[in-house]
Amino acid sequence: MRKLSFDSKFEIIRFSVAILIALLLSFIIILLVSDTPFLALQKLYLGPIENLRRFGNVIELAITLSFAGLSIAIIFSSNEFNLASEGAFYASGAVAAMFVLSNSLPAIISPFLSILLGGVVGAVIVTIPAVLKKKWGASELVSSLMLNFIVLYFARYFINNVFKDPSAGYNATYLLPETAKLSKIVSGTRIHSGLIILIVTVIACVLFMEKTKWGFELTQVGRNRQFAKYVGINTSAIVIMSQVLGGFIAGVGGAVETLGMYTRFQWQSLPGYGFDGVIVAILAKNKPRYVPIAAFFLAYIRIGADKMATSTDVTSEMIAIIQGIIIMLVAATAFLSNTRQKMLVKEVRNNG
Amino acid sequence: MKDILRMENINKIYPNGVIANNNVNFSLREGEIHALVGENGAGKSTLMKILFGIEKPTDGKIFYQDEELTIDSPLDAIKYGFGMVHQHFMLVESMSVAENIVLGSEPGSSWNLDSSIQEAQAKEIIDKYHFQINVKEKISDLSIGLRQKVEILKALFKGAKILILDEPTAVLTPQETVELFEQLRILKAQGHTIIFISHKLTEIKEICDRITIMRDATNVGVYDVESVTKEEISDLMVGKSMDWNIHKTPAISGDTLLEVKDLTVLNEANIPTLKHVSFKLHRSTILGVVGIEGNGQKELVDSITGLTKADSGEILFKNELINSMSVNDIRSLGLAHIPGDRMERGIAADSSIEENMFATYTNDNKLVNKNFLKTKEINKWSNNLISEFHVKASSSNVPIKMLSGGNIQKVIVAREFTSNCDCIIANQPTRGIDIGAAKFIHKKLVELRDKNAAVLLLSADLSEIKSLSDSLLVIYNGQFVAYFEDASKVSEEELGKYMLGIEKQTELEIKRCER
Amino acid sequence: MDNFLSYLIDPEFLYSVFRVTTPLLFAALASVVAENAGASNIALEGIMIFSALFGAIGSGITQSLTLGLLFAICGGLIISLLLAYFALYLKTDIILSGIALNTLASGGSVFLLYVILGDKGSTSALQCLTFPTINIPIIENIPFVGEIISGQNLLTYIAFIMVWVVFYLLYHTKLGKYLRVVGESPQAAESVGLDVRKLKLTALLISGVLASLGGAFLSMGYMSGFSRGMVSGRGFIALAAAAMGMLSPVPTMIAAIIFGFADAVSNILAALRIPDEFVKLIPYLVTIIGLIVFSQIRSSSEKKRRKKVLSST
Ligand SMILES: Nc1ncnc2c1ncn2[C@@H]1O[C@H](COP(=O)(O)OP(=O)(O)O)[C@@H](O)[C@H]1O
Ligand SMILES: [Mg+2]
Repeated sequence: MRKLSFDSKFEIIRFSVAILIALLLSFIIILLVSDTPFLALQKLYLGPIENLRRFGNVIELAITLSFAGLSIAIIFSSNEFNLASEGAFYASGAVAAMFVLSNSLPAIISPFLSILLGGVVGAVIVTIPAVLKKKWGASELVSSLMLNFIVLYFARYFINNVFKDPSAGYNATYLLPETAKLSKIVSGTRIHSGLIILIVTVIACVLFMEKTKWGFELTQVGRNRQFAKYVGINTSAIVIMSQVLGGFIAGVGGAVETLGMYTRFQWQSLPGYGFDGVIVAILAKNKPRYVPIAAFFLAYIRIGADKMATSTDVTSEMIAIIQGIIIMLVAATAFLSNTRQKMLVKEVRNNG
Repeated sequence: MKDILRMENINKIYPNGVIANNNVNFSLREGEIHALVGENGAGKSTLMKILFGIEKPTDGKIFYQDEELTIDSPLDAIKYGFGMVHQHFMLVESMSVAENIVLGSEPGSSWNLDSSIQEAQAKEIIDKYHFQINVKEKISDLSIGLRQKVEILKALFKGAKILILDEPTAVLTPQETVELFEQLRILKAQGHTIIFISHKLTEIKEICDRITIMRDATNVGVYDVESVTKEEISDLMVGKSMDWNIHKTPAISGDTLLEVKDLTVLNEANIPTLKHVSFKLHRSTILGVVGIEGNGQKELVDSITGLTKADSGEILFKNELINSMSVNDIRSLGLAHIPGDRMERGIAADSSIEENMFATYTNDNKLVNKNFLKTKEINKWSNNLISEFHVKASSSNVPIKMLSGGNIQKVIVAREFTSNCDCIIANQPTRGIDIGAAKFIHKKLVELRDKNAAVLLLSADLSEIKSLSDSLLVIYNGQFVAYFEDASKVSEEELGKYMLGIEKQTELEIKRCER
Repeated sequence: MDNFLSYLIDPEFLYSVFRVTTPLLFAALASVVAENAGASNIALEGIMIFSALFGAIGSGITQSLTLGLLFAICGGLIISLLLAYFALYLKTDIILSGIALNTLASGGSVFLLYVILGDKGSTSALQCLTFPTINIPIIENIPFVGEIISGQNLLTYIAFIMVWVVFYLLYHTKLGKYLRVVGESPQAAESVGLDVRKLKLTALLISGVLASLGGAFLSMGYMSGFSRGMVSGRGFIALAAAAMGMLSPVPTMIAAIIFGFADAVSNILAALRIPDEFVKLIPYLVTIIGLIVFSQIRSSSEKKRRKKVLSST
């Protein structure tokens, strides 16, 4: 085995301690608020593997979270805090639904084109804040947050006015045609062929980031933009490219979620997947190859929390607290820095 | 005389693993001006930052008047009567001189700041030490020399008895240096003790009483200034005699490769830092540009390499106008660049050695196949470069920030030298690195020249630039003030006068560099 | 269209502009204080959510406005303290921490709501109090002006007073000077022994209190009681307002009023039966356009200055 570098060794320690602290915190919270704390803990940690259907739920959620995580990982690799993936998820889901509702293309072609269209919509949306920043110096963080709301209301107008099914009894589109939907691939669950699209996307992202010139350049731009300029990388082009790609992936994710999981499009507010993507990307250290693992972890505790909420008196939103603490700890550069310094001094002195 | 301050067995290991102080002892006598010298990177600033509470030592003890001190922050240091003027000024540019001087110990009510009291008190201290400065002026409108005075006043206002000056003369004009020395003598006469960091031996000889010499993070000797010669000091600083002893044949100047015409560049603050500069660089020559840092060198390099756009003028490389070309296009034409700011720009600290080397090769068919990286080839190639350029590292996958300054520089040089360039801009290529590495880099530069390429060398090290360059330009205040066709024929003393702006050649003499 | 214009000069409409500006103004001032000290407070949204929730529950349970306000501020400070601890002490990227805390607050508020009231949507189970409206003597009798300015909520007046308070704090007190020093040059602050971390912490706490007042207004003024999603991005709009106001209190107030105006206009358009979606996106659209216009003005004046310097050399 290759010898781990000092930094990797320390990263693993820090990561594990962060997760442990968060789990401990969930333990304490549950002890405090629940009348049946042990049942709640059992459901939280073991609920997802109680039966196949539940485990299926974990995978279904992990698919969506992986798309979100890949999207943010690629966007954040350029060191831009652009959160428009959130709006991209919503808009591409809506556009995908409207697309399949307004034509009668045969199976396979219909979802394929719909997902592609969703990707393009996502790419356009996520690129807007980057362009605003490039051209006018507007903060990408603020403008992307504003854009999310604009996109939400704009797309929702069509959902609630043009494509609304009056007989649904609530605000939602007409039933999506069966030909457009992604087929289920594991019986007894709702796991759909979006999983295959995801696997392809993950492999493509890993190859892109680790094996292509553009991925290499993107990494350098994110690590030190001054250096990137100096070695001759066209930093603006690379930044825009990463937003286009990240947006495209978010768009594909939104379309896949809609066609794989729902009978109608019915989101009335932002789904929150953009922010979930941030959690996943941070856990995965912005590396596509770790995204599915991070997404699985997050999906697992989410589904566990749902199970806990249905069987006990603890609500699933508790998990939001745990997530928040985990990301902040994982991203905390000074977390355990004293330990690191002690390890370092020992290492430096040992090496002479 | 008794020591009032002793630092004992100070060790400092930075989080990136650099050992900046290794069992350093340092002591100070009351009322003296004590020089602390050493090459860049020797650990002088680190030692003083530890004394001033900005950095925490890994271990070691500090005694002041025989009492052991714990200095956790500058606040403690200020309390004990230490004051520090940093190498990089620490002033609030948007505020006035008075506001800066009293910063941290504002007189009057905390909840209703009164600028007239502040100004009065600032004036008082200014008069006490015979400074001349307008308290109402904004720092952003002041010259470097005046800013430094504000820094000194800031420390004095807080009652500093021991003043640490970190390379104060590096940024000053000769007149300003003379004024500073006057000021330091006044301070000494009033009972202050001064630590004076510099590597200008003439200045140390002029004003200091004792000297501590550092090399490679250790203290290599303490002397009375009177009792050592400049040569001895210099030998101690660099370990052995600083005779670069470069073997090179006389230059046979070839075709014009690079031509700069009437170039003007403004910096971020819209101040013109390069004013109507012109020169030509020929093949098979090394042209040196020498000057005190901050006289327009950065802007010159940046505009030639495409990193900033010239505000007016023309830059021609191989007869092509490159003013508005991208960095990549300019590099593709055969221009390589060793940057002066190694850590900020020269490398991506979090990337591996390999990634840092590969960064300019993403269009190279040998390493990249239709935009896909040939990982195995890249790995082999980078490991070859590591051994060819004697980079001390266990493998090319190590993050570059784990290397020492000299080895980092070798990585940069390896990257830039192997790119089949016709022209290389080398900005401070050997600053702060060990002699072995420096000599290696010199050899490579001469080799390059002999292969019909051209080198534009910028350095603050007079003996280096004199012995390496074929011809020499002196830059002062954004303009060339002298041109020497044969670099070996000019003395360091003479160069110094031009660098400080004391002397200037006639326009006609300077214009020879445009031939 | 005539109809629409007549709405715009209707005193009732102008009254509502100030009303909807109030939470934005508090939060924008919160951003001004934090940004001046070089600590970006992205968690404003989360702070407002928590303070709105705590205020509603506090006032509902204690039936005391003062205690309700105190609860609100404590609620907001929980988030600010977490932000300060992670960003300043554990050195988590402050923007990332802000994003994480916003998610934490939006989920955490529902969790707490359920733990305390057994309801996941709102505090409707409680009789929450609201801050009183104040009639200003003399002014209330001036026609038109009186109708707009008088009779606003107590917190609306406090918000506008806070513009002056923040201005005074930043430019006339030692603390304010130190905050600006820390924001502009942390090295300068450190060199004279100022505790950079403590000052940033102070800024984040002041910022937290200001944003909490905004949150308190939402659940104890604008509405009576807390409901899920009630902050709806105001924390983010406030960031934009502070950026447009160049982090200076008075221009920031003007920017906040512009956004408040857009928000109020969207309410009129809703009354004119323009689809509610288009109406709702107006404030966000105005914010983006505002950011662009502002940056355009700034960069073109910069270019002009550069040209001028160049022609004189
Ligand atoms: N903050 C820091 N982090 C890591 N390394 C540092 C830091 N500051 C200085 N160093 C390294 O420590 C060594 C000594 O630096 P310094 O004390 O600034 O030297 P000097 O003042 O003598 O030029 C150098 O190799 C430098 O790169
Ligand atoms: Mg130094």
